[in-house]
Amino acid sequence: MSKKTTIELRTSPHAHAGEDVVVIMRNVVYALLPICAFTVWQFGISALALLVVVTLTCLLSERLFNALSGKSSSLGDWSATITGLLLAMTLPPGFPLWMGAVAAFVGVALGKAMFGGLGMNAMNPALIGRAFVQAAFPVAITTWTPAFFDGRFSQFIPTTLTPPFLQPPGITDWVSEVTVDAFSGATPLALQKFEGVVTDHMDMLLGTTAGSAGETSALLILAGGLYLAARRMLDWRIPVLVLVGAAVTAGIFYMIDPVKYPDPLFVVLSGGLMLGAWFMASDMVGSPVTPLGVVIYALMIGVITVIIRLFGGLTEGVMYAILLGNAATPLIDQITQPRVFGEQRAGK
Amino acid sequence: MGLFNLLFGQKGFTHGIHPPYHKDTADKPIRRLPFPPQLVLPLDQHIGKPAIPLVVKGQEVVRGEPIAKADGNFSVPLHAPATGRVAGIELMPTPKGPKTSAILIDVYEGSTQEVLWEQPRDMSELSPQEIIQAIQDSGMVGLGGAAFPSHMKLAIPDDKQVDTLIVNGCECEPYLTCDHRIMLEHPKALLRGIRYAMRATGTEKAIIGIEDNKMDAVELLKGHLSKGSPVEVKAVETKYPQGSEKMLIKSALDREVPTGGLPADVGVVVNNVGTLAGLGDLLPKGRGLIERVITVAGPGIAKPGNYLVPLGTPIRHILDHVGYEGARTEFILGGPMMGPAVSALDTPITKGTSGLLVLNEPSIEEESHKIWPCIRCARCVSACPMHLNPSMLGQLAAKRKYEEMAEDYHLTDCFECGCCSYVCPSNIPLVQYFRIAKAINREQAA
Ligand code: SF4
Ligand code: SF4
Repeated sequence: MSKKTTIELRTSPHAHAGEDVVVIMRNVVYALLPICAFTVWQFGISALALLVVVTLTCLLSERLFNALSGKSSSLGDWSATITGLLLAMTLPPGFPLWMGAVAAFVGVALGKAMFGGLGMNAMNPALIGRAFVQAAFPVAITTWTPAFFDGRFSQFIPTTLTPPFLQPPGITDWVSEVTVDAFSGATPLALQKFEGVVTDHMDMLLGTTAGSAGETSALLILAGGLYLAARRMLDWRIPVLVLVGAAVTAGIFYMIDPVKYPDPLFVVLSGGLMLGAWFMASDMVGSPVTPLGVVIYALMIGVITVIIRLFGGLTEGVMYAILLGNAATPLIDQITQPRVFGEQRAGK
Repeated sequence: MGLFNLLFGQKGFTHGIHPPYHKDTADKPIRRLPFPPQLVLPLDQHIGKPAIPLVVKGQEVVRGEPIAKADGNFSVPLHAPATGRVAGIELMPTPKGPKTSAILIDVYEGSTQEVLWEQPRDMSELSPQEIIQAIQDSGMVGLGGAAFPSHMKLAIPDDKQVDTLIVNGCECEPYLTCDHRIMLEHPKALLRGIRYAMRATGTEKAIIGIEDNKMDAVELLKGHLSKGSPVEVKAVETKYPQGSEKMLIKSALDREVPTGGLPADVGVVVNNVGTLAGLGDLLPKGRGLIERVITVAGPGIAKPGNYLVPLGTPIRHILDHVGYEGARTEFILGGPMMGPAVSALDTPITKGTSGLLVLNEPSIEEESHKIWPCIRCARCVSACPMHLNPSMLGQLAAKRKYEEMAEDYHLTDCFECGCCSYVCPSNIPLVQYFRIAKAINREQAA
């Protein structure tokens, strides 16, 4: 028997599944990377610059708030990276970089640090950032760029390099220069809502349409989401039920008036719904922990998204729907406590 | 697992976890270890009142002889596990932690250590009450780890009707295989013990529940049963904590013990296979419980296996014989999910010790033990076999809202199985929080 043995004293259980926060978060980053890569291929160096600037700002802000609150660095948990990537992907690809940095800072500050950091935040920080710039820069956030324009790897979209505190220039002229087809500067959602034009479903699935940086390829989003779901790092019920909620709601209106309202498949594939459902609504921190709560939460987000899209002033409603869902989560959790083993409830 | 139940039409308990089982010692036959020079026999190896010593310092005792008597009904006697001389009655470390009073016996080196004290009896003549009394006299307690006096468990209160004896052969804790070996090596004693317990409780039916990773035991026991036998062998899903009473009752009979209730409330009494095999062996001979089988395992052990050791054997003695290594090591009595870690190698094996595990640093946890805030991943919620909300309980514990935990979130239903801590990616010591919360609530109530 060796003399040098140090006896460790811990409390049971003395075994652990071995998967910690870092492993989960890192895998979320893996799942997001193909979507990021596709975005860059689609929109070129402008999208790349936006991803880098937004993510770096998130990391720096996170570190700053760590320092201010006297905590050690939390960059290692990857959550700030995820916030950055997600936020960048909800912005238009030509979004001025300085505005992207503002969104990132606000998202981390108001959406996360203010609550005390990871796990304490009630709402998704990326969406808080996005909501802020939506209100602050209404024009820039709705200025779209055509996908696959010529020279996207050698030149920036003119709006990208807008100097800080200035509004971006108009890009209509530039757009007509770089594209052969007439581009109205509108996303499938806007086309449908304001002009009644329904974009080809296949284009939306593959992601060859205009839209926010990372919202356009439903297929890649699905692949990343399924990867996480298979590794049990994402609760598949949330995205599935968000989409079901949206599709059913849309289906009802489509049946009432198929001319005025879009078909359910279009609703599911367009805008930020896919990305939101798979990567933001499913964010563990802001979603309920009870099985029934998850169902209520996800359906609610799906339904509200469609209601805002169809009847609100905005083309896209998924962001506000998720924020509402996040806000309702504590209440949902509370009223959906599971029946405890052996518990006798009235009527059971 | 929902799918499992769906596919096989089996009504098991839901939730639970599938940790790596490490049942490497399952093929290691039970072997005896040499006697240690000194035995340490705490007077409170069981739940209930400590036993009252019958011996004094310097007195000679023979193997099998009673050395402490039960203090009333909620207590059991203690028998000398070896022939030797009483070295004293002192405060010693025990698996329960702090020092408690224990009888020390210096074992005679030259002795053949045969059992020299017994009172054989004809079991067929005993009434149920007499069987219960014989069980108490044997000093038997739940050998699965609970160490609850067996005679109390088998004495069914007058206001309760019990129809089924469930025999717990799940052994759902990783590493442990001693119950598995007992089923394989002593099926006759086990079936005898089951019959005694059925007579004592007046039950007409017995179900031996065994996890389906031990099909050899299932088949073997089935082979020992004749057609029309009131004893049934049932394979249940291999899943932790299948061996907890409430979960096994759910799996075997699809009955749910009400919150705060006992198995008797749903007409069931549960006993562990090791306990019943022990009774089957001891009762006819009229002997007391003086030794038990433990699994010695873990990456730090050179010769892992199942060993028959006299009660009171210090774990240092066992380690010397099986050989172990490791610079930073955790010594656990029982299984890794619920067993306590010990701080002193003088700690003895007691009636409730089912295993001795030596986990080295790499196997304790590859990862660092950094604790993150709860990320609300809900893994604990879908792991908790009691369907509690450990996430919420953990957050309330952090805010020291202990009363709210008990009143609104069923803290008292937590049986500290460890599933929630096991899965938590934030490494939150949830079970430890819950233990503290319960202790504080108990204190406040007192
Ligand atoms: S330790 Fe308690 S709360 Fe945790 S899983 Fe087990 S019963 Fe549930
Ligand atoms: S497993 Fe841990 S991190 Fe996940 S919800 Fe439960 S307590 Fe929180």
